[in-house]
Amino acid sequence: MTDIIARIESANAETLRRLLGADPVLIDVVPAREALPGLKDRMILHAGPPIEWERMCGPMQGAVCGVAVFESWAKDLEEAEQMAAAGAFRFEPNHHHDCVGPMTGMTTVSQPLLVVENRAFGVRAMCAINEGLGKVMRFGGNDAEVRDRLAWIRDVLGPALGAALRELGGVALKPLIARGLSMGDEMHQRNIACSSLLLRILAPALARTVGDAGALATILDFIGKNDQFFLNVAMAMGKSITMPAEGISHSSIVTVMCRNGTDFGVRVSGLGEQWFTAPVEMPEGLYFPGYSEADANPDMGDSAIVEVIGLGGFAMGAAPAVVGFVGAGPASRAADFTRSMAEICIGHNPEWTIPAMDYAGAPTGIDIRRVVDTGIAPTINTGIAHRKPGVGQVGAGVVKAPLASFEQALVAFAAEMGVT
Amino acid sequence: MPDKKPKNLLKTPLKVVNVGLDIFARDLARQGRPVVSVEWMPPAGGKPELARLLSKLGG
Repeated sequence: MTDIIARIESANAETLRRLLGADPVLIDVVPAREALPGLKDRMILHAGPPIEWERMCGPMQGAVCGVAVFESWAKDLEEAEQMAAAGAFRFEPNHHHDCVGPMTGMTTVSQPLLVVENRAFGVRAMCAINEGLGKVMRFGGNDAEVRDRLAWIRDVLGPALGAALRELGGVALKPLIARGLSMGDEMHQRNIACSSLLLRILAPALARTVGDAGALATILDFIGKNDQFFLNVAMAMGKSITMPAEGISHSSIVTVMCRNGTDFGVRVSGLGEQWFTAPVEMPEGLYFPGYSEADANPDMGDSAIVEVIGLGGFAMGAAPAVVGFVGAGPASRAADFTRSMAEICIGHNPEWTIPAMDYAGAPTGIDIRRVVDTGIAPTINTGIAHRKPGVGQVGAGVVKAPLASFEQALVAFAAEMGVT
Repeated sequence: MPDKKPKNLLKTPLKVVNVGLDIFARDLARQGRPVVSVEWMPPAGGKPELARLLSKLGG
């Protein structure tokens, strides 16, 4: 082994140690203006790598207009669009603020954010609360119904969840994920088990902290009816797990994968905060009645952070039902996805195991060298948004990360290592 | 020296593992022969510059 390779292997081993050594705990829900010190008024954080208004896809532009009205920066959607085009808002990626957001990923000052603390490394990551299914802002929805729900989340649900979590002293997430994997979740397109398990923990605390019985019933109903409620918790957890793994010199391990509906972005531990981007792919999947591929927007969201930590498409073996839901073939193929992802990872998570695969650990630590060498692109399970603003979700599917972004990262990594 | 020549190769139904272009496997499949194709592609998708970097970076 050459000295260069030995240094990479050593750095990667340390990166894997940090990824596997995490202790993520859901501790609070806090308004974004308090949780994110760098988030200012008229600043909009979005999913994916950096992008400006002109290059944003339809649903992201729609969500920007909706959130601008929600924050009372514009009186209506038309004025919001004019303001956005005139440069009235500052756009930055969630990932620049220790934050993540699903699909369009809108994060603005008054939204309550889930806070996950990685207690093993003393870092915190944030994500907005899941809005539910159907017409929602994360899929580009922006009408009064969408904004009214966001206001209820801001005024009622967020403060109630925060109080309940503080009363509980937090909820440890690693064991919850382990149980979810054994109950058929992969934590990206299927969160039924973990959403239910979390509600089971939260409900008594909510009953103790929410004084109004009507409000309590509405909160329990909202969480109980949302199979994807846990997704945003899993995403904040994913960011909190990857943060200590960032910036390890000589490490070729992926720390971020995300999409803004136009570009796919990758970050690599040994390359710090550099983005490597390529045009994002179109998901292949199943569509809700009345919709087809012609309606679909290219892939979007920070949710691929769950694949970075070995869940989602990487843990498909735990969730055969998802394979059918996203139209990726027969349920018997579920384990093939996980085995394939293991070829591009340097380790397995011994605490997150998949019973149906003889308790194999979730593949963890995506190595850009292996991705480029094998040509195996990371598999990401994803929702599909309508390409026009204001419509919402039209399906669910699987998307491949574009290899070009990993090839760019490899060339930069070689230069960083002094390899020419 | 023991005789290692396959005695029954052409006397029993063939089971083929194809390592190479998919077209070889497809031709056999069209003739109704059982064939498994090994999923393989050249390192780095056959891109020489990336393969050269990988040879020095390991992985």
